[in-house]
Amino acid sequence: MAGRAEPLIRRGGGGIAAALCLALMAGPLLAVALRAGDSAGLGPGDWAAIRFTVTQAALSAVLSVALAVPAARALMRRRFPGRGLAITLLGAPFLLPTLVAVMGLLSVFGRNGLVSQGLAILGLPPLQIYGFHGVVLGHVFFNLPLVTRLLLQGWQGIPAERLRLSESLGFGPRETFRHLELPMLVRVVPGALLVVFLICTTSFAVALTLGGGPRATTVELAIYQAFRFDFDLGRAAMLAGVQVALCVAAVLALRLAPLPVGAGTGLDRNAVLRPPRGLPARLQDTVVIGLVLGFLLLPLGMLVVDGLPGLVLLPDTVWAAALRSLAVALGSVVVTLALAVPLAFRLAGARALWVEVAANLSIAVSPLVLGLGLFLIVLPLVDPRLMALPVTALVNALLSLPFVLRALVPAIHEVNAGYGRLAASLGMARADWLRHVVLPRVRGPLGFGAGLAAALSIGDLGVITLFADGARETLPLALFRLMGAYRLTEAAGAALVLLGLTLAVFWIFDRGGRGRAGL
Amino acid sequence: MLVCDDVVIRQDAFTLRAAWQVSAGDKVAVIGPSGAGKSTLLNAIAGFVPLSGGRLSWSGQDLGALDPGARPLTILFQDQNLFPHLTLAQNVALGLSPSLRLDRASRERVEAALERVGLGGLGARRPAQVSGGQASRTALARALLRQRPLLLLDEPFAALGPGLKTEMLSLVAEIVAETGATLLMVTHDPTDARHAADRVVFVDDGVADPPRPTDEVFAAPSPRLAAYLGTRP
Repeated sequence: MAGRAEPLIRRGGGGIAAALCLALMAGPLLAVALRAGDSAGLGPGDWAAIRFTVTQAALSAVLSVALAVPAARALMRRRFPGRGLAITLLGAPFLLPTLVAVMGLLSVFGRNGLVSQGLAILGLPPLQIYGFHGVVLGHVFFNLPLVTRLLLQGWQGIPAERLRLSESLGFGPRETFRHLELPMLVRVVPGALLVVFLICTTSFAVALTLGGGPRATTVELAIYQAFRFDFDLGRAAMLAGVQVALCVAAVLALRLAPLPVGAGTGLDRNAVLRPPRGLPARLQDTVVIGLVLGFLLLPLGMLVVDGLPGLVLLPDTVWAAALRSLAVALGSVVVTLALAVPLAFRLAGARALWVEVAANLSIAVSPLVLGLGLFLIVLPLVDPRLMALPVTALVNALLSLPFVLRALVPAIHEVNAGYGRLAASLGMARADWLRHVVLPRVRGPLGFGAGLAAALSIGDLGVITLFADGARETLPLALFRLMGAYRLTEAAGAALVLLGLTLAVFWIFDRGGRGRAGL
Repeated sequence: MLVCDDVVIRQDAFTLRAAWQVSAGDKVAVIGPSGAGKSTLLNAIAGFVPLSGGRLSWSGQDLGALDPGARPLTILFQDQNLFPHLTLAQNVALGLSPSLRLDRASRERVEAALERVGLGGLGARRPAQVSGGQASRTALARALLRQRPLLLLDEPFAALGPGLKTEMLSLVAEIVAETGATLLMVTHDPTDARHAADRVVFVDDGVADPPRPTDEVFAAPSPRLAAYLGTRP
């Protein structure tokens, strides 16, 4: 009905931004494809990497979902003090730098970690975290909370009327599960499985730190090794091609499954799912919630304990790296917003498949493939080491884009749908409309998106490993080197600094967006 | 004078025709069953629904060429008449300057308009901080400032209680009397039509009938109108 309101949302920058995104991703892919021809084909080690990638991703997905179902169910039907905080915390691992989580997991499950110390008291040998199970553990740590939130949204999507109806018919927990929860799970779980699978196929930092040797190498890690240790660009490009094929297959499968989406807010609405009475059910829910929260919080708590003494030991180079990381984060925010804002306006208007594809392409393209392609492009032109920080900022901006848009597009769409006619009937010009209506109403998602872009880029250990040398390292890279040198106290200190910086940049941007409560 | 010159509105399978005129200063109620196209008719006049045929004009000026904001009218929607993040005063001020650049004189006029609708001193509040009736008054204050010759009401008071609604319609009547505006109001309550309108347009079966005097319409309803009203012919 907004026929006449459309001129307020005139197209323009959106197409340019989309074309830019396409070029920034197609260029590196093309460079990789051209180079891959030089390679001799896949060796047995490469096939092992492919098998490992698929197996660990599949197992990580199944475990994450299997654990998230009871967790989400328990969170959905129980009310307890701190429940809102617990749900918010579930969103935290998404922002958490991989290495920070790895350090935390090591302090609990590592050779000298909490669990191993307990085993030693019982006279048992310590845990061996490195290898297949370590990689899966790391992935479940990151994805269990993500899936729990997705499933919570699924539960929330069950219409309240249907819940009331089921109550009036006297459904017990079993009938509720069969007639309400199961149909929802059938709809939501396939998408959740594929999301986790996709995330884990491109896993780099977890495999780099928790994988062990040639038997626990992902394709992404193999690209890095071919590049870093052998400087075999042809083979790296070949592996990058494999990685692209893997991702494309996963994304295509994902398009077949309905994906539960949402910005992740409003999960705290009124309770509608009646909790089953009786001690066993209550006990079960309590244990599930306790275990999940413990699994998330214990590593972070241990990291704080281990990291505090390390803070005073940190060399100046680490602080310099922290400054560099801040610069990368700010650069990434600027690029992300410069692309996201015009794209969001375009996507909030008429549907345009190619714009949507361009904006979301980075989900299907792994960071190392992008990085490798960019390396191949800049190599003949400039010293790649000089480009380390700009490339890191750029690649992370592209990676953040789909998530930022997911928050921004619905907000702009809502403003258009809700107020486009009113603004048009008052004769507001485009500039007035943007300044007085759109900006105040999308400040929240805009701030959230900026915070997300900053947090994701500040903790990234991916492309930077291809480009950087010791002189231009970021904080995650400095942390990685400390870990590699077994300077674990300092590493814990650096991880704590990284954790603090990540939370700080996210909080500042997100807070800035909420500054004036737009009612 | 508002002229609907063989107007045809098509939306998918739905068609609405109107061929009549309304004299300046008339107060017209648009009634009919839900889904008949009352809102669509008003939205077409306001410029949000394109015409498939015919022509709309006001005082000889073709409305088709004008953007919604440039048309000589103010429309109050069913909801979303105020921007929730702007204060009441800012919402009213949009009627004077869509860019919200106001000099002292304009600010005084905004305050006077708020005063006129009984909201003196509340200009600094946000819509969420006032009652539904006060929000409606704010929208009316803006209509007052815009001084457009045509006022379209697309059931903006439907969510208010009966007492408040009557109060709002009285305020509308006062404003219309003061500004000499022509009023077109959608309603599905015949009492509203009797109370606030001197003419009635009945919309049903894809046709908006020409306006007839209210007393006459209710005294001798057509069979379709009688069926709608639930009275036997």
